[in-house]
Amino acid sequence: MAEANYPDDLRYHDQHDWVRLDGDEAAVFGITWYAQDTLGEVVFFEPPEVGTTLTKDQPYAEVESVKAVSDVIAPMSGEVTEVNDALSDSPEQINEDPYGAGWLVKVKLTSPDEHESLLTASEYEKLLDR
Amino acid sequence: MNVAALRRTPLYEQHEELGAKLVPFAGWEMPVLYEGIKEEHSAVRTHAGMFDVSHMGEVEVEGPGAVAFLQLVLSNDVSKIATGGAQYSCICNESGGVVDDVFAYRLGTDRFLIVTNASNHETDLQWLGRWSRDYDVAVRDVADRYAMLAVQGPHARAVLERTLNITLPERFHVLAQSVGRRPALICGTGYTGEDGVEMLIDPEVAIPIFKELRLAGVVPCGLGARDTLRLEVCYPLHGNELTPERNPIEADLGWCCKEATGFLGSPAVAEARAEGTAERLVPFTIEGAGIPRDGNPVLGEEGVQVGVVTSGTFAPSLEKGAGMAYVRSDLAEPGAEVEIDVRGKHRPARIASKPLYAKRS
Repeated sequence: MAEANYPDDLRYHDQHDWVRLDGDEAAVFGITWYAQDTLGEVVFFEPPEVGTTLTKDQPYAEVESVKAVSDVIAPMSGEVTEVNDALSDSPEQINEDPYGAGWLVKVKLTSPDEHESLLTASEYEKLLDR
Repeated sequence: MNVAALRRTPLYEQHEELGAKLVPFAGWEMPVLYEGIKEEHSAVRTHAGMFDVSHMGEVEVEGPGAVAFLQLVLSNDVSKIATGGAQYSCICNESGGVVDDVFAYRLGTDRFLIVTNASNHETDLQWLGRWSRDYDVAVRDVADRYAMLAVQGPHARAVLERTLNITLPERFHVLAQSVGRRPALICGTGYTGEDGVEMLIDPEVAIPIFKELRLAGVVPCGLGARDTLRLEVCYPLHGNELTPERNPIEADLGWCCKEATGFLGSPAVAEARAEGTAERLVPFTIEGAGIPRDGNPVLGEEGVQVGVVTSGTFAPSLEKGAGMAYVRSDLAEPGAEVEIDVRGKHRPARIASKPLYAKRS
Protein backbone atom coordinates (compact mmCIF):
# COMPACT_ATOMS: atom_id res chain seq x y z
CA MET A 1 0.00 0.00 0.00
CA ALA A 2 1.81 3.10 -1.20
CA GLU A 3 -0.38 5.82 0.27
CA ALA A 4 -1.03 6.58 3.92
CA ASN A 5 -4.36 5.10 4.95
CA TYR A 6 -6.18 4.91 8.31
CA PRO A 7 -9.55 3.17 8.04
CA ASP A 8 -12.38 4.76 10.03
CA ASP A 9 -13.67 1.44 11.37
CA LEU A 10 -10.49 0.81 13.39
CA ARG A 11 -9.20 2.28 16.63
CA TYR A 12 -5.56 3.23 17.11
CA HIS A 13 -2.92 3.16 19.82
CA ASP A 14 -0.41 6.01 19.87
CA GLN A 15 2.42 3.46 19.48
CA HIS A 16 1.11 2.83 15.96
CA ASP A 17 -1.09 -0.22 16.41
CA TRP A 18 -4.64 -0.76 15.29
CA VAL A 19 -7.54 -2.73 16.78
CA ARG A 20 -10.53 -4.19 14.95
CA LEU A 21 -13.24 -5.39 17.33
CA ASP A 22 -14.79 -8.74 16.56
CA GLY A 23 -17.87 -8.86 18.79
CA ASP A 24 -17.68 -7.57 22.37
CA GLU A 25 -14.75 -9.53 23.71
CA ALA A 26 -12.49 -10.35 20.79
CA ALA A 27 -10.28 -8.25 18.55
CA VAL A 28 -7.65 -8.33 15.85
CA PHE A 29 -4.39 -6.35 16.25
CA GLY A 30 -1.93 -5.06 13.71
CA ILE A 31 0.45 -2.20 13.03
CA THR A 32 -0.51 0.97 11.17
CA TRP A 33 0.45 2.21 7.75
CA TYR A 34 2.76 4.73 9.43
CA ALA A 35 4.50 2.00 11.46
CA GLN A 36 5.22 -0.21 8.48
CA ASP A 37 6.31 2.76 6.36
CA THR A 38 8.75 3.95 9.03
CA LEU A 39 10.16 0.46 9.48
CA GLY A 40 10.54 -0.34 5.79
CA GLU A 41 10.18 -3.78 4.23
CA VAL A 42 9.35 -6.23 6.97
CA VAL A 43 11.47 -9.38 6.65
CA PHE A 44 10.67 -11.07 9.94
CA PHE A 45 7.75 -11.20 12.35
CA GLU A 46 8.07 -13.13 15.57
CA PRO A 47 4.57 -13.76 16.91
CA PRO A 48 3.79 -14.51 20.53
CA GLU A 49 2.53 -18.01 21.30
CA VAL A 50 -1.17 -18.71 21.40
CA GLY A 51 -2.26 -18.33 25.02
CA THR A 52 0.17 -15.51 25.79
CA THR A 53 -1.30 -12.82 28.02
CA LEU A 54 -1.00 -9.34 26.59
CA THR A 55 -1.01 -6.22 28.73
CA LYS A 56 -2.07 -2.90 27.24
CA ASP A 57 0.92 -0.66 26.42
CA GLN A 58 3.43 -3.51 26.80
CA PRO A 59 5.45 -5.08 23.93
CA TYR A 60 4.20 -8.49 22.80
CA ALA A 61 6.04 -9.18 19.52
CA GLU A 62 8.83 -7.93 17.28
CA VAL A 63 8.81 -6.91 13.65
CA GLU A 64 12.08 -6.53 11.79
CA SER A 65 13.04 -4.87 8.57
CA VAL A 66 16.40 -5.35 6.86
CA LYS A 67 17.90 -2.54 8.94
CA ALA A 68 15.92 -2.36 12.15
CA VAL A 69 13.89 -4.18 14.78
CA SER A 70 10.83 -2.73 16.43
CA ASP A 71 8.69 -3.83 19.37
CA VAL A 72 4.97 -4.21 18.77
CA ILE A 73 2.93 -2.71 21.63
CA ALA A 74 -0.35 -4.25 22.77
CA PRO A 75 -3.12 -1.71 22.20
CA MET A 76 -5.43 -3.59 24.61
CA SER A 77 -5.10 -6.37 27.20
CA GLY A 78 -6.09 -9.94 26.50
CA GLU A 79 -5.04 -13.46 25.61
CA VAL A 80 -3.74 -14.46 22.19
CA THR A 81 -6.14 -16.91 20.52
CA GLU A 82 -4.57 -17.03 17.07
CA VAL A 83 -1.47 -15.71 15.32
CA ASN A 84 -1.10 -14.94 11.64
CA ASP A 85 1.06 -17.90 10.62
CA ALA A 86 1.13 -16.79 6.98
CA LEU A 87 3.49 -14.00 8.00
CA SER A 88 6.33 -16.41 8.68
CA ASP A 89 6.54 -17.09 4.94
CA SER A 90 5.43 -13.69 3.70
CA PRO A 91 6.08 -11.01 6.30
CA GLU A 92 5.89 -8.42 3.49
CA GLN A 93 2.09 -8.71 3.86
CA ILE A 94 2.54 -6.32 6.79
CA ASN A 95 3.72 -3.70 4.29
CA GLU A 96 1.40 -4.59 1.46
CA ASP A 97 -1.83 -4.93 3.41
CA PRO A 98 -1.31 -3.75 6.99
CA TYR A 99 -5.05 -3.75 7.84
CA GLY A 100 -5.91 -6.97 5.99
CA ALA A 101 -3.61 -9.90 5.25
CA GLY A 102 -0.93 -8.24 7.40
CA TRP A 103 -2.87 -8.62 10.67
CA LEU A 104 -0.71 -9.92 13.54
CA VAL A 105 -2.80 -11.59 16.27
CA LYS A 106 -6.36 -12.32 17.35
CA VAL A 107 -7.06 -11.70 21.01
CA LYS A 108 -9.71 -12.52 23.60
CA LEU A 109 -10.03 -9.23 25.43
CA THR A 110 -9.81 -9.12 29.22
CA SER A 111 -10.69 -5.42 29.53
CA PRO A 112 -12.95 -4.52 26.60
CA ASP A 113 -13.44 -1.06 28.16
CA GLU A 114 -9.91 -0.17 27.11
CA HIS A 115 -11.31 0.27 23.62
CA GLU A 116 -12.75 3.62 24.67
CA SER A 117 -9.27 4.95 25.46
CA LEU A 118 -7.98 4.31 21.95
CA LEU A 119 -7.78 6.95 19.23
CA THR A 120 -10.16 7.29 16.32
CA ALA A 121 -8.68 7.42 12.83
CA SER A 122 -8.89 11.22 12.70
CA GLU A 123 -7.36 11.55 16.19
CA TYR A 124 -4.52 9.24 15.20
CA GLU A 125 -3.88 11.16 11.98
CA LYS A 126 -3.73 14.38 14.00
CA LEU A 127 -1.13 12.78 16.23
CA LEU A 128 0.97 11.90 13.18
CA ASP A 129 0.71 15.44 11.85
CA ARG A 130 2.15 16.96 15.00
CA MET B 1 23.42 15.05 16.16
CA ASN B 2 22.06 18.40 15.06
CA VAL B 3 20.55 17.87 11.63
CA ALA B 4 21.61 21.37 10.56
CA ALA B 5 25.24 20.36 11.05
CA LEU B 6 25.02 17.44 8.60
CA ARG B 7 26.81 17.80 5.30
CA ARG B 8 25.06 17.21 1.99
CA THR B 9 26.51 15.71 -1.16
CA PRO B 10 26.18 17.36 -4.60
CA LEU B 11 23.35 14.86 -5.24
CA TYR B 12 21.28 15.82 -2.20
CA GLU B 13 18.52 17.58 -4.15
CA GLN B 14 18.28 14.61 -6.47
CA HIS B 15 17.75 12.27 -3.51
CA GLU B 16 15.02 14.52 -2.13
CA GLU B 17 13.35 14.69 -5.51
CA LEU B 18 13.29 10.89 -5.69
CA GLY B 19 11.76 10.69 -2.21
CA ALA B 20 14.73 8.92 -0.65
CA LYS B 21 14.70 8.22 3.05
CA LEU B 22 17.60 10.34 4.31
CA VAL B 23 19.51 9.51 7.47
CA PRO B 24 22.59 10.86 9.25
CA PHE B 25 25.66 8.82 8.41
CA ALA B 26 29.23 9.74 9.41
CA GLY B 27 28.25 13.42 9.60
CA TRP B 28 26.43 13.39 6.26
CA GLU B 29 22.78 13.34 5.33
CA MET B 30 22.64 10.26 3.10
CA PRO B 31 19.94 8.21 1.37
CA VAL B 32 19.45 4.90 3.19
CA LEU B 33 16.87 3.79 0.62
CA TYR B 34 14.70 5.09 -2.21
CA GLU B 35 12.10 2.39 -2.86
CA GLY B 36 13.24 -0.48 -0.66
CA ILE B 37 16.45 -2.17 0.42
CA LYS B 38 15.55 -5.61 -0.96
CA GLU B 39 14.58 -4.21 -4.34
CA GLU B 40 17.74 -2.12 -4.59
CA HIS B 41 19.89 -5.02 -3.41
CA SER B 42 18.36 -7.23 -6.07
CA ALA B 43 18.89 -4.59 -8.78
CA VAL B 44 22.63 -4.68 -8.10
CA ARG B 45 22.79 -8.48 -8.04
CA THR B 46 20.85 -8.89 -11.29
CA HIS B 47 21.14 -5.65 -13.30
CA ALA B 48 22.77 -2.34 -12.31
CA GLY B 49 22.43 0.02 -9.38
CA MET B 50 24.11 3.29 -8.46
CA PHE B 51 25.11 4.67 -5.10
CA ASP B 52 25.96 8.23 -4.17
CA VAL B 53 29.14 7.69 -2.16
CA SER B 54 30.27 11.30 -2.34
CA HIS B 55 30.63 11.28 1.44
CA MET B 56 33.77 9.21 1.02
CA GLY B 57 36.99 11.22 1.23
CA GLU B 58 39.84 11.65 -1.21
CA VAL B 59 43.42 12.50 -0.33
CA GLU B 60 46.05 13.24 -2.93
CA VAL B 61 49.64 12.27 -2.15
CA GLU B 62 52.19 13.71 -4.53
CA GLY B 63 55.95 14.17 -4.63
CA PRO B 64 59.25 12.34 -5.12
CA GLY B 65 58.80 10.74 -1.70
CA ALA B 66 55.25 9.48 -2.38
CA VAL B 67 56.08 5.79 -2.69
CA ALA B 68 58.39 5.74 0.34
CA PHE B 69 55.83 7.64 2.40
CA LEU B 70 52.93 5.39 1.40
CA GLN B 71 55.03 2.32 2.19
CA LEU B 72 55.18 3.70 5.73
CA VAL B 73 51.49 4.45 6.20
CA LEU B 74 49.80 1.78 4.06
CA SER B 75 49.97 -1.92 4.92
CA ASN B 76 50.16 -3.21 1.35
CA ASP B 77 53.20 -3.05 -0.96
CA VAL B 78 52.59 0.22 -2.78
CA SER B 79 55.59 -0.35 -5.08
CA LYS B 80 53.57 -3.13 -6.71
CA ILE B 81 50.95 -0.70 -8.05
CA ALA B 82 51.68 0.30 -11.63
CA THR B 83 50.50 3.69 -12.86
CA GLY B 84 46.78 3.27 -13.48
CA GLY B 85 46.55 0.54 -10.85
CA ALA B 86 44.56 0.26 -7.65
CA GLN B 87 45.25 -1.51 -4.38
CA TYR B 88 43.43 -2.12 -1.10
CA SER B 89 45.30 -1.36 2.13
CA CYS B 90 44.93 -0.77 5.81
CA ILE B 91 46.29 2.30 7.55
CA CYS B 92 47.64 0.86 10.81
CA ASN B 93 48.63 2.56 14.03
CA GLU B 94 51.88 1.64 15.83
CA SER B 95 50.10 -1.20 17.67
CA GLY B 96 48.91 -2.66 14.38
CA GLY B 97 45.30 -1.50 14.93
CA VAL B 98 43.35 -0.41 11.89
CA VAL B 99 42.99 3.40 11.66
CA ASP B 100 41.16 3.05 8.34
CA ASP B 101 40.92 0.81 5.31
CA VAL B 102 41.44 2.55 1.98
CA PHE B 103 41.93 2.15 -1.73
CA ALA B 104 45.10 3.64 -3.21
CA TYR B 105 45.04 4.56 -6.91
CA ARG B 106 48.30 5.34 -8.67
CA LEU B 107 47.69 8.28 -10.98
CA GLY B 108 51.35 8.83 -11.93
CA THR B 109 54.88 7.87 -10.91
CA ASP B 110 54.79 10.14 -7.88
CA ARG B 111 51.07 10.78 -7.57
CA PHE B 112 48.46 8.73 -5.73
CA LEU B 113 44.84 9.18 -4.73
CA ILE B 114 43.70 7.61 -1.46
CA VAL B 115 39.97 7.06 -1.00
CA THR B 116 39.02 7.12 2.67
CA ASN B 117 35.94 6.26 4.69
CA ALA B 118 33.79 9.32 5.43
CA SER B 119 33.88 8.70 9.17
CA ASN B 120 37.70 8.57 9.17
CA HIS B 121 38.58 11.20 6.59
CA GLU B 122 39.66 13.88 9.10
CA THR B 123 41.55 11.33 11.23
CA ASP B 124 43.32 10.01 8.14
CA LEU B 125 44.28 13.52 7.02
CA GLN B 126 45.83 14.27 10.41
CA TRP B 127 47.53 10.89 10.50
CA LEU B 128 48.96 11.18 6.99
CA GLY B 129 49.98 14.80 7.62
CA ARG B 130 51.78 13.89 10.80
CA TRP B 131 53.78 11.01 9.29
CA SER B 132 54.56 12.84 6.04
CA ARG B 133 56.82 15.41 7.68
CA ASP B 134 60.03 13.52 7.00
CA TYR B 135 59.13 12.81 3.38
CA ASP B 136 59.34 14.91 0.24
CA VAL B 137 55.64 14.71 -0.37
CA ALA B 138 52.49 16.84 -0.31
CA VAL B 139 49.32 15.50 1.31
CA ARG B 140 46.20 17.31 0.10
CA ASP B 141 42.57 16.99 1.05
CA VAL B 142 40.79 16.88 -2.32
CA ALA B 143 37.44 15.55 -1.08
CA ASP B 144 35.56 18.64 -2.29
CA ARG B 145 36.89 18.17 -5.79
CA TYR B 146 34.80 15.07 -6.47
CA ALA B 147 31.36 13.63 -6.37
CA MET B 148 31.61 9.85 -6.17
CA LEU B 149 29.11 7.56 -7.85
CA ALA B 150 29.43 3.79 -7.59
CA VAL B 151 27.73 1.99 -10.48
CA GLN B 152 27.56 -1.73 -9.74
CA GLY B 153 25.98 -4.87 -11.12
CA PRO B 154 26.36 -7.38 -13.95
CA HIS B 155 25.07 -4.86 -16.52
CA ALA B 156 26.79 -1.79 -15.04
CA ARG B 157 29.67 -1.69 -17.51
CA ALA B 158 27.51 -2.13 -20.57
CA VAL B 159 25.10 0.62 -19.50
CA LEU B 160 27.95 3.02 -18.69
CA GLU B 161 29.75 2.44 -21.97
CA ARG B 162 26.57 2.93 -23.93
CA THR B 163 25.25 5.91 -21.98
CA LEU B 164 28.37 7.93 -21.21
CA ASN B 165 30.43 6.78 -24.17
CA ILE B 166 33.53 6.23 -22.04
CA THR B 167 36.25 3.60 -21.82
CA LEU B 168 36.14 1.66 -18.59
CA PRO B 169 39.15 0.41 -16.62
CA GLU B 170 39.71 -3.24 -15.88
CA ARG B 171 39.12 -4.42 -12.34
CA PHE B 172 41.56 -2.78 -9.87
CA HIS B 173 42.61 -0.17 -12.38
CA VAL B 174 41.84 3.52 -12.78
CA LEU B 175 41.37 5.51 -15.99
CA ALA B 176 41.12 9.26 -16.51
CA GLN B 177 38.09 9.95 -18.71
CA SER B 178 35.75 12.77 -19.52
CA VAL B 179 32.31 12.54 -17.92
CA GLY B 180 29.83 15.32 -18.59
CA ARG B 181 32.65 17.05 -20.49
CA ARG B 182 34.62 17.38 -17.26
CA PRO B 183 37.68 15.43 -16.16
CA ALA B 184 36.81 12.31 -14.16
CA LEU B 185 38.51 9.26 -12.73
CA ILE B 186 36.89 5.90 -13.35
CA CYS B 187 37.94 3.21 -10.88
CA GLY B 188 37.40 -0.49 -11.43
CA THR B 189 36.45 -1.09 -7.81
CA GLY B 190 33.36 -1.53 -5.70
CA TYR B 191 31.85 -2.69 -2.44
CA THR B 192 29.11 -5.03 -3.61
CA GLY B 193 30.75 -8.20 -4.92
CA GLU B 194 29.45 -7.39 -8.40
CA ASP B 195 31.29 -6.04 -11.41
CA GLY B 196 31.21 -2.30 -11.89
CA VAL B 197 33.06 0.94 -11.30
CA GLU B 198 33.32 3.83 -8.91
CA MET B 199 33.40 7.18 -10.68
CA LEU B 200 35.00 10.31 -9.27
CA ILE B 201 33.29 13.08 -11.20
CA ASP B 202 32.98 16.85 -11.12
CA PRO B 203 30.33 17.81 -8.52
CA GLU B 204 28.84 20.24 -11.07
CA VAL B 205 27.79 17.41 -13.37
CA ALA B 206 26.76 14.92 -10.68
CA ILE B 207 23.01 15.52 -11.00
CA PRO B 208 22.80 15.39 -14.81
CA ILE B 209 24.94 12.23 -14.91
CA PHE B 210 22.83 10.60 -12.20
CA LYS B 211 19.66 11.48 -14.14
CA GLU B 212 21.08 10.17 -17.39
CA LEU B 213 22.04 6.86 -15.83
CA ARG B 214 18.64 6.59 -14.18
CA LEU B 215 16.95 7.08 -17.55
CA ALA B 216 19.18 4.32 -18.90
CA GLY B 217 17.76 1.97 -16.27
CA VAL B 218 20.36 2.16 -13.52
CA VAL B 219 18.51 1.86 -10.20
CA PRO B 220 19.31 4.42 -7.47
CA CYS B 221 20.39 2.51 -4.36
CA GLY B 222 20.87 3.70 -0.80
CA LEU B 223 23.32 2.88 1.94
CA GLY B 224 20.96 0.18 3.22
CA ALA B 225 21.50 -1.98 0.13
CA ARG B 226 25.18 -1.06 0.10
CA ASP B 227 25.45 -2.58 3.57
CA THR B 228 23.56 -5.81 2.78
CA LEU B 229 25.52 -6.25 -0.47
CA ARG B 230 28.92 -5.80 1.17
CA LEU B 231 27.99 -8.03 4.08
CA GLU B 232 26.97 -10.91 1.81
CA VAL B 233 30.42 -10.86 0.24
CA CYS B 234 32.10 -10.30 3.63
CA TYR B 235 33.75 -6.96 2.95
CA PRO B 236 34.59 -5.38 6.30
CA LEU B 237 33.25 -1.99 7.37
CA HIS B 238 35.46 0.29 9.42
CA GLY B 239 33.79 1.04 12.73
CA ASN B 240 32.18 -2.40 12.76
CA GLU B 241 34.67 -5.11 11.73
CA LEU B 242 37.70 -2.84 11.69
CA THR B 243 38.76 -0.63 14.59
CA PRO B 244 41.99 0.87 15.94
CA GLU B 245 41.88 -1.86 18.61
CA ARG B 246 41.83 -4.78 16.16
CA ASN B 247 44.71 -5.75 13.87
CA PRO B 248 44.31 -6.82 10.24
CA ILE B 249 45.31 -10.40 11.01
CA GLU B 250 42.33 -11.06 13.29
CA ALA B 251 40.16 -9.23 10.71
CA ASP B 252 41.35 -11.75 8.07
CA LEU B 253 43.08 -8.99 6.12
CA GLY B 254 46.55 -10.49 6.35
CA TRP B 255 46.56 -10.69 2.55
CA CYS B 256 46.81 -6.88 2.26
CA CYS B 257 49.64 -6.59 4.80
CA LYS B 258 53.23 -6.86 3.54
CA GLU B 259 55.32 -6.57 6.69
CA ALA B 260 58.54 -6.62 4.66
CA THR B 261 57.81 -3.02 3.62
CA GLY B 262 58.20 -1.95 7.24
CA PHE B 263 54.88 -0.10 7.44
CA LEU B 264 53.78 1.49 10.70
CA GLY B 265 52.51 -1.27 12.95
CA SER B 266 54.19 -4.00 10.90
CA PRO B 267 56.05 -5.52 13.91
CA ALA B 268 52.73 -5.97 15.73
CA VAL B 269 51.09 -7.37 12.58
CA ALA B 270 54.02 -9.76 12.06
CA GLU B 271 53.69 -10.96 15.63
CA ALA B 272 49.93 -11.50 15.28
CA ARG B 273 50.52 -13.42 12.06
CA ALA B 274 53.21 -15.62 13.60
CA GLU B 275 51.52 -16.32 16.92
CA GLY B 276 47.89 -16.24 15.92
CA THR B 277 45.19 -14.11 17.51
CA ALA B 278 42.75 -14.87 20.30
CA GLU B 279 39.77 -14.14 18.05
CA ARG B 280 39.12 -14.14 14.33
CA LEU B 281 36.58 -12.41 12.15
CA VAL B 282 34.27 -14.93 10.50
CA PRO B 283 31.03 -14.81 8.56
CA PHE B 284 28.05 -16.77 9.82
CA THR B 285 24.47 -17.53 8.88
CA ILE B 286 21.49 -18.05 11.16
CA GLU B 287 20.00 -21.52 10.82
CA GLY B 288 16.28 -20.82 10.99
CA ALA B 289 14.50 -17.73 12.27
CA GLY B 290 16.12 -14.59 13.62
CA ILE B 291 18.12 -11.64 12.41
CA PRO B 292 21.44 -10.92 14.10
CA ARG B 293 22.47 -7.34 14.87
CA ASP B 294 25.82 -5.86 15.77
CA GLY B 295 26.67 -6.25 19.43
CA ASN B 296 24.82 -9.57 19.80
CA PRO B 297 26.90 -12.06 21.84
CA VAL B 298 28.08 -15.26 20.11
CA LEU B 299 27.59 -18.26 22.38
CA GLY B 300 29.41 -21.58 22.42
CA GLU B 301 28.72 -24.74 24.40
CA GLU B 302 26.63 -24.28 27.53
CA GLY B 303 25.87 -20.71 26.56
CA VAL B 304 29.38 -19.41 27.24
CA GLN B 305 30.14 -16.25 25.27
CA VAL B 306 32.79 -16.93 22.64
CA GLY B 307 32.49 -13.83 20.50
CA VAL B 308 30.51 -10.82 19.38
CA VAL B 309 28.63 -9.87 16.21
CA THR B 310 30.13 -6.86 14.41
CA SER B 311 27.54 -6.61 11.60
CA GLY B 312 24.27 -8.44 11.20
CA THR B 313 21.33 -8.14 8.88
CA PHE B 314 18.72 -9.97 6.91
CA ALA B 315 20.70 -11.01 3.82
CA PRO B 316 18.35 -10.57 0.84
CA SER B 317 20.22 -12.90 -1.55
CA LEU B 318 20.49 -15.63 1.09
CA GLU B 319 16.98 -14.98 2.42
CA LYS B 320 18.11 -15.40 6.02
CA GLY B 321 19.87 -13.69 8.85
CA ALA B 322 23.64 -13.43 8.40
CA GLY B 323 26.56 -11.43 9.61
CA MET B 324 30.15 -11.26 10.70
CA ALA B 325 31.53 -11.79 14.17
CA TYR B 326 34.76 -11.96 16.08
CA VAL B 327 34.86 -15.49 17.46
CA ARG B 328 37.40 -17.30 19.67
CA SER B 329 39.96 -18.66 17.21
CA ASP B 330 39.56 -22.33 18.17
CA LEU B 331 35.87 -22.11 17.23
CA ALA B 332 36.27 -19.86 14.20
CA GLU B 333 36.15 -22.63 11.60
CA PRO B 334 33.64 -22.99 8.77
CA GLY B 335 30.88 -25.39 9.77
CA ALA B 336 31.23 -24.78 13.51
CA GLU B 337 27.89 -24.49 15.27
CA VAL B 338 27.30 -21.60 17.63
CA GLU B 339 24.34 -19.60 18.88
CA ILE B 340 23.70 -15.90 18.52
CA ASP B 341 22.01 -14.20 21.45
CA VAL B 342 19.51 -11.99 19.65
CA ARG B 343 17.91 -9.90 22.40
CA GLY B 344 17.72 -12.87 24.74
CA LYS B 345 16.72 -15.48 22.17
CA HIS B 346 19.41 -18.01 21.34
CA ARG B 347 19.43 -18.47 17.57
CA PRO B 348 21.35 -21.44 16.14
CA ALA B 349 24.01 -20.27 13.68
CA ARG B 350 26.80 -21.76 11.66
CA ILE B 351 30.23 -20.30 10.95
CA ALA B 352 30.65 -20.06 7.18
CA SER B 353 33.45 -19.41 4.75
CA LYS B 354 33.87 -16.26 2.68
CA PRO B 355 31.99 -15.10 0.74
CA LEU B 356 28.48 -15.86 1.99
CA TYR B 357 27.18 -15.02 -1.49
CA ALA B 358 29.11 -15.93 -4.62
CA LYS B 359 28.48 -13.97 -7.79
CA ARG B 360 26.70 -15.85 -10.54
CA SER B 361 29.06 -16.16 -13.46
